[in-house]
Amino acid sequence: MVYIIKRREALKLGAGAAAIMAAGQASAQAIPKADVAAPKLDIEKGASLRLIRPAKFVEPDEVIFRANSAKFAKEFGVDVKVDLVGWEDITQQTAVSANTGAGPDVIIGWAESPHIYADKVLELTDIAEYLGKKYGGWLFLGEKYGKKAKTNNWIGLPMGGSGGPLVYRASALKEAGHDKIPSDHAGFLKLCQALKKINKPAGFALGNAVGDANGFANWMLWSHGATLVDEEGKVTLNSKETINALKYVKELYPSFIPGTMSWNDISNNRAYASKELFLTSNGVSLYFSLKNDPATKEVADDTEHANLVQGVASSPPMSATVLNGMVLKHTKFPNAAKAYLAFMMEAEQYDPWLTGCLGYWAHPLKAYDKSKVWESDPKIAIYRNTMDNRFWTGYKGPITQAAGTVQAEYILVQMFASVASGQATPEDAAKEAERRTKRYYR
Amino acid sequence: MTVATMTDWTRARRQPGWLARLFDHKPFLIFMCLLPALGLLLVFLTYPLGLGLWLSLTDTKIGGAGKFVGLDNFEYLMEDPQFWSAVFFSVFYTGVATFGKFALGLWLALLLNNHVPFKSLLRAIILLPWIVPTVLSALAFWWLYDPQFSIFSYLAVDVLHIRSKPFDFLSTVWPARWSLVAANIWRGIPFVAISLLAGLQTISPSLYEAALLDGSTAWQRFRFITFPLLMPILAIVMTFSIIFTFTDFQLVYAITRGGPLNSTHLMATLAFQRGISGGELGEGAAIAVAMIPFLVGATLFSYFALARRKWQQGEAND
Repeated sequence: MVYIIKRREALKLGAGAAAIMAAGQASAQAIPKADVAAPKLDIEKGASLRLIRPAKFVEPDEVIFRANSAKFAKEFGVDVKVDLVGWEDITQQTAVSANTGAGPDVIIGWAESPHIYADKVLELTDIAEYLGKKYGGWLFLGEKYGKKAKTNNWIGLPMGGSGGPLVYRASALKEAGHDKIPSDHAGFLKLCQALKKINKPAGFALGNAVGDANGFANWMLWSHGATLVDEEGKVTLNSKETINALKYVKELYPSFIPGTMSWNDISNNRAYASKELFLTSNGVSLYFSLKNDPATKEVADDTEHANLVQGVASSPPMSATVLNGMVLKHTKFPNAAKAYLAFMMEAEQYDPWLTGCLGYWAHPLKAYDKSKVWESDPKIAIYRNTMDNRFWTGYKGPITQAAGTVQAEYILVQMFASVASGQATPEDAAKEAERRTKRYYR
Repeated sequence: MTVATMTDWTRARRQPGWLARLFDHKPFLIFMCLLPALGLLLVFLTYPLGLGLWLSLTDTKIGGAGKFVGLDNFEYLMEDPQFWSAVFFSVFYTGVATFGKFALGLWLALLLNNHVPFKSLLRAIILLPWIVPTVLSALAFWWLYDPQFSIFSYLAVDVLHIRSKPFDFLSTVWPARWSLVAANIWRGIPFVAISLLAGLQTISPSLYEAALLDGSTAWQRFRFITFPLLMPILAIVMTFSIIFTFTDFQLVYAITRGGPLNSTHLMATLAFQRGISGGELGEGAAIAVAMIPFLVGATLFSYFALARRKWQQGEAND
């Protein structure tokens, strides 16, 4: 994307970034660090790095990331070129780069990418273990997405994850006669029905919304104890737990705001910000945008967050959209690339980025639990444990491209949507979804 | 006495070199002149088409190379309800939208053919829906069809109080389909109208005068003069329109992304979702290749059926 930045704006951006960095240095002291020696990485002479990563979702994301990269460039004398790519395109660009052996040296892509191209990326075990030892260990999803399956070798360096817990208007809940979100399905159903009665409905995307709809479908599946595949990758979708989940959604759907079948990712943000929607699930970006806009500040003040209803799951049934850094084997400067990734995860760089994004990309290393950002606003504390969620896309199977395809084809979303709209019975919907999933897991 | 003969004063012509003779050689010249065009077609049309055909016979994924699997992708698609739904909607969408565009476009062309005030300005204005980039008009329609924020719902519910709930444009199967058809008709009318208007202008007014003198009605004039003479243009415009509509992507993708429960997927959008977003390139290519028979059929129909010489010259079929 091309931005025409006028000089004043450039100075403001620079000043803003510098201010954040300066403040960040101070708060970075709060992160507990163990005394661990960094791995010896001889930066190649005349090294220069090209990097691609997903485009910003919140404004400070890009500003601070670029400032950190510039800092690395200055400290180590390595030229770093950062390109931000659209979210839908980065997987394809990763594929092209991995297959042709040309292109960026470092790619910060989505969670599955290092696993799909496991033989085309460098091992990052040395910097991963160093970071883990220094910063109190890796959280669950960090290890899950970082390590190659069934081994202890790191092929990716997870840099942050965005979750989707419940976001709701506390005043609406009180008016409906509840003071917090119930922890069981029956209670949640009653809550949604009560909200509908007072004309302050809930709503979750059931259309082709990449993040929100898949998040809702996964939540319903996992909280009823159903899984897509088992550990070996055999499809286990057509089970009685899935049927229970489908029956539940069929009862829940009439209490939603009308139109959720055609929602895409921003529809629930829009409806919530314009006070038509009172309970939904989203990342911290919704609260972030409401807080910063004076017109919607009162909505932000009334907003609370809560974990998704757990049902029979043993932990909050949600996963995360994870940024996974990888170094491609074709790079001419492997040490510089590894040093760059490690540098970006160090507290002096990572904490300002984490704080500036208000925790949008939640941390994968335990020590950052102590980051000031989680204390700055008690409402976002729920996002702190995003990378510790015990579920992942394609749970409980291996991390492969098939899991990504199931998500991109909205198989689970359409399974729930067809039952909610009355187009199919739960049994038929489950069977059809199983047929389609089997095709991709073949 | 000897007769003096005229000596030959013309200079001996130099025989042209082999290069000049080569360029004078007609077949070679034809080949050289066609080479740039052929080259472009080969690189940007034949190669991708051939590659697409090849990919449809493999199980290639975006992550890496695939192996030849024969007709496996096509066999799977034969049994896939989503594929048949996309085929149905592609045919339905093309059929209904083309009919609507031609009916309304022809009507608009007939109206504009008359001498109306501000004729040039009107003709320029009606081109706007076609000129505006499709994505932008698709986004505008997305707002118009929004379940919460549609201006139609606002007028009906909050201003005129003739409804109690907002309109449901895109959340159920058939309303979504009709909404997309309406958007496509709105966008496509100018192309048809302007093209048919050009055709109408070529019809000699003396024919209409003769018909008037014979006491014909407006409908008879339309049926016996306008329509037959318009046939050639109609055939060409219809061919283009059918091809554009059948392979439409932007409108459907921007408004519904394939819509509630896959009901508004065209073959093009389904191929994209399966092939690129889902990473299953072989299957996506197979869906795209499956479009070819329909397009070839439509072209052949337009070419042979509508462009018959007798129809062109306005005579009856014998």
